[in-house]
Amino acid sequence: MSEAATGGARLLVADDNKVNRLLLTRNLELMGHRVASAENGRMALEMLRRESFDLLLLDLEMPEMNGFEVLEQLGRDLALRDVPVIVTSSLEGLDNVVRSIELGAEDYLTKPVNVVLLKARIGASLEKKRLRDQQKELVRRFATPEVAQDLQQSGFALGGKRVRGSVLFSDIRDFTPLVESQPPEETIELLNTYYTLMFDAISGHGGIVSQIAGDGLMAIFGAPLPLPDPATSAVRTALEMVELVELFDAERTAGGKPAIRIGVGIASGEMVAGYTGTSRRATYTCIGDTVNLAARLETHTKTVGRMILIDGATRTTLPGDITVEALGPVAIRGKAEPVDVFAVVPARKT
Amino acid sequence: MSAEAIDLATFRELEATTGVEFVRELVATFKAEAPRMLADLRQSLVDGDAERFRRTAHSLKSNSNTFGATALGAMARKLELEGLDSVRASGSAPLDALAFEYTRVAQALTELHRE
Repeated sequence: MSEAATGGARLLVADDNKVNRLLLTRNLELMGHRVASAENGRMALEMLRRESFDLLLLDLEMPEMNGFEVLEQLGRDLALRDVPVIVTSSLEGLDNVVRSIELGAEDYLTKPVNVVLLKARIGASLEKKRLRDQQKELVRRFATPEVAQDLQQSGFALGGKRVRGSVLFSDIRDFTPLVESQPPEETIELLNTYYTLMFDAISGHGGIVSQIAGDGLMAIFGAPLPLPDPATSAVRTALEMVELVELFDAERTAGGKPAIRIGVGIASGEMVAGYTGTSRRATYTCIGDTVNLAARLETHTKTVGRMILIDGATRTTLPGDITVEALGPVAIRGKAEPVDVFAVVPARKT
Repeated sequence: MSAEAIDLATFRELEATTGVEFVRELVATFKAEAPRMLADLRQSLVDGDAERFRRTAHSLKSNSNTFGATALGAMARKLELEGLDSVRASGSAPLDALAFEYTRVAQALTELHRE
């Protein structure tokens, strides 16, 4: 059991009645919790938005904003809807209990509150919250914030939906000989730094990293959350990746290590995005022609000796400050017709 | 000794779980708040403010039960559930009776702490 579940949690008491407020606060403090109190629902909401609390003990009958209104507001607030609420009320009638639970209250205790029962309910609520927090933390660590938010809002369901967006593939050129020439610890360190830089570039432009494998990664722009112009975001990401690798290389060569180079392929259009895998282990990804094309364009960078290649659909919406060079139609494996390929030219520093 | 206004078992239980000193302070708070609640009930009767009447009766009920003021709690509960209209029909008698019972409760609480 965590510290919060056994005592020492930060609790908020909302009750307009001073005697009730003092008594409940006293009981909770005797259990080892730290307690703050609010005189009405509006104050309670303000405090919840300002500070972090592990649990709210909420009276129903209050002036300015009653307990039901507080529950409604909490349910609509993404940042607060996971704060567990235990309603403490001397309102009679089962309908009040039902309404509270329907509005998201974890539990309902009748006043005067039985202290033993109060302790048990608070312990259970805090333990549930701890598990939920742990789950959220895991999602945050293994998924991007966008996927985590999508999961939180829409829940988890396997299966995809059609979306329009852009896909970016990148990898490190000549990675295998590099790996063979240095101790594995150095390779891990190189990859960690490399991925930190690349992830920053991708999330900075609203993309999400869908997969990483060895030195390669796949990123999606425009799903699960829509972006105004996914193609431009993807291309700006690629340009930033190239720039970051140049900076990284300057540091590496100064330390006597070989420079690295990357290749990036981007394609845009319709794809199917969603969670694939099993109900026990799944990942957010995209599939479809657009994805295959992006992967092929990335491979093609080696053939033509360019760092960033894009397809025609990606090029269409690009603003004028991005320089693009047409390479003409290229036969791509898996495509019946040759595909128009464009190279994005990184701005030269003077 | 008019301690029958207070259910001793409830009161002692409160002292045992929260501490005698704390209960002394809580009683002081109740004595400071209750007269205002009684005045609020009369005022909402005059104003015809049924919502305020119900909420105040509800508060008084809740606090009475906390200290074991069972009779006072039951009277306040009746007012809460029956509402302003039923009280208005019987004039100020129910509120006078409530005020009288509160006086007994306040006195009993004082005596309990003198022991």
